[in-house]
Amino acid sequence: MRAGFARFARNRMALFGAAVLLCLFLLVVLTPVIYPDDPFKLVGPALQPPGGRFLLGTDTLGRDVAAEIAYGARTSLIIGVGATLAAIVFGAVVGGMAGYYRGMTETVLMRITEFFQTIPAFIFALLIVAILSPSVSSEIIAIAAVSWPSIARLVRGEFVSLGGREFVQACAGLGASDARIIFNHMLPNCASSVIAVGSLLIGTAILLEAGLAFLGLGDPNVMSWGLIISAGRAVLRSAWWICTFPGIAILLTVLGINLIGDGLNEALNPRLRER
Amino acid sequence: MRFARYVGYRLLTALPVICGIIVLNFLLIHLAPGDAASVLAGESGAATPEYMDELRHKFGLDQSLGMQFLTYVSNLAHFNLGYSYRNDADVSSLILERLGPTSLLMLTAFGTALALGIILGLVAATGRNSWRDNVISLISLVAYATPGFWLGLMMIVIFSIGLGWLPTSGFDTVGAGHEGWAEVWDIGRHLVMPAVSLALFYLALYARLMRASILEQTGMDYVTTARAKGQTERRIMTGHVLRNALLPVVTLAGVQAGNLIGGSIVVETVFGWPGIGTLAFNALQSRDLNLILAIFFISACLVVVINLAVDVIYFMLDPRMEI
Repeated sequence: MRAGFARFARNRMALFGAAVLLCLFLLVVLTPVIYPDDPFKLVGPALQPPGGRFLLGTDTLGRDVAAEIAYGARTSLIIGVGATLAAIVFGAVVGGMAGYYRGMTETVLMRITEFFQTIPAFIFALLIVAILSPSVSSEIIAIAAVSWPSIARLVRGEFVSLGGREFVQACAGLGASDARIIFNHMLPNCASSVIAVGSLLIGTAILLEAGLAFLGLGDPNVMSWGLIISAGRAVLRSAWWICTFPGIAILLTVLGINLIGDGLNEALNPRLRER
Repeated sequence: MRFARYVGYRLLTALPVICGIIVLNFLLIHLAPGDAASVLAGESGAATPEYMDELRHKFGLDQSLGMQFLTYVSNLAHFNLGYSYRNDADVSSLILERLGPTSLLMLTAFGTALALGIILGLVAATGRNSWRDNVISLISLVAYATPGFWLGLMMIVIFSIGLGWLPTSGFDTVGAGHEGWAEVWDIGRHLVMPAVSLALFYLALYARLMRASILEQTGMDYVTTARAKGQTERRIMTGHVLRNALLPVVTLAGVQAGNLIGGSIVVETVFGWPGIGTLAFNALQSRDLNLILAIFFISACLVVVINLAVDVIYFMLDPRMEI
C-alpha cells in the first residue's frame, strides 16, 4: 500500500484533486470564523451583484451567497462522506456474506444486489427522501440505498478470490472462527480496492445530494448548494450569480474527488490500471 | 430455435425483477407515515372522508396485509395505478400523456451521447496520449463532475438570456401555430439545451468506456494476426477492433437507461419540458406520493424492457453468446 501512495503522489492530476479538496477542508474548518453568522441571516440588500461589499453577491432575500456556499460545503461533505460510509458498511456485509458463504446465500444476495442496481437510482432516492420527509439523515439513507450495490459486488468478488488463497485456508485449518477470518484476514485484504471505489462514490453522492436539494428534497433547515441554486432559479434572468457560484463549487469539489479517486484506483488497484 | 429459447430464458429472468419492483413499491407505500389511503389520495388533505373510505375499500386497505398485496397486484395487472387527486386525473393517463415529450428528450440525449461518445472514444484511443486524447480526457473529467441541472441553467444564462439564440423553456412556442417543418424546427430549437444537459454526462461516460474498450481489444491476439496478414491499421480498426469494442459500450448503455430517466427529472424541471420529469417534480411539490410511486414503477419496468432488448440485440450480434 505504501508503494501505492508513492505512485499516487507522482500522479499530477491526483495531486491537483488533493489540493482542491484541501482548500475545501480549510473552508469548512474556517467557516465559523469567517462567517460567524447563520447563513440564513439577512445581511444586506437583496440581489447585490458580486464584487461589492459581498464577494459573491447576495440572493433574493439579501443573504450573503459566499456564506451560503461556505456552509453548503459542510453539508455536502457530511452527506457525501456519511452516505458513502453507510454504503460501504452495508455493501461489505452483503458482499462479504455472499463471497464467504457462497452457495444459496450468494445466489440470493447477489440477485438482490443486481435488482437494486437495475431500478432507476435517482427516482428511488427521491422516493425514499419523500417518504421519510426531507432531512440530512434521510438524504444519507437514500443515497446509501442506491450506492451500496457496487461495493457489495466488489467485496464479493474479492472474497471469492481470497477464499481460495493459502493464508485463508490455513486460518480455517487452524480452527479460526468465521468472524476472525472475515474481520482479521479477508477484510483488510480488500481495503485498498474498497477505498479506491469508495472515494469515487463520494463524488456521485455529492452530485445526488445536489440534485435532491435542487428538487426541494434537501433539509430545509440546513444550507446546501442545491438549495441555493433552486432558490436562485427564479431570478436567473436578473441575478445570474446566485445559481452560478454554488454550481462551480459542486463542479470543483466533485472534480477534485474524482481525480483523487482515479489516482487511488491507479495506485492501489494495479489490476484495474488499464481501465 | 436457439434464438427463441434465449428470448424465453431472458423473459423468465426478467419476471423476478418485475415482482421485486412490485413488492418494493408496496413496501414503500406502507413505509410512508400515516395510512396508505392518505398516501394514495396524494396526502392532499383536500380529499373528503367519503373519498378516503372509498379508497380504503377500493384498495382493500380494510383487509389483511396479504389481501392488500393481492389487491395491489391485481390493480397493477389491470394497469390501474390509482387516481391523482391533485391533478384530478387517472395516474396512468397522466403518465401516458407525458410519455411522448419524455421519450423524445431521452432518445435524442441517448442517441447523441452514444454516437458522439463512441466517436470521441475512438479518436482518443487511436491517438493515445496525444493532445486529442488529453483534450477529450479533460472534457470528460469536467463533464463527469458537472450537475446536469446546473449546466442547463448556465446554458439558459448564456444562450437564451445573453445571446437570445434559443428559447428558455417549454416544448414549442405557445400560440405560434407552426405547421410541418416549421413546427419540427420550433420543437428542435426547444429541444437543444435540455438534450445537451442530459447527454453530456453520458457522453463522457461512453467516451471513456469506448477508449478503454478499444485499448483492451488492440492488445488481443487476433489484432496481431490481422497485422501479420498485412492488413492496414485502418482496416484492422474498422473491420475487427471496432465491432468487438462496441459490445461492452452497448451493454453499459442499456444498464444506464434507468439513470437517464432519473436525470431527465431534474433537466425537465429546469427547462419546463412537459414530460414525466416535470410531472414527477410537481408531484414532489404537492407530496403526491402515489404519482411518484407510479412513475417509479413505470420507469423501473421500462429499464427491464430496455435491458431485455439490449441483451437480445447482443445475442443476435455475438454468436458466441451462451445461454
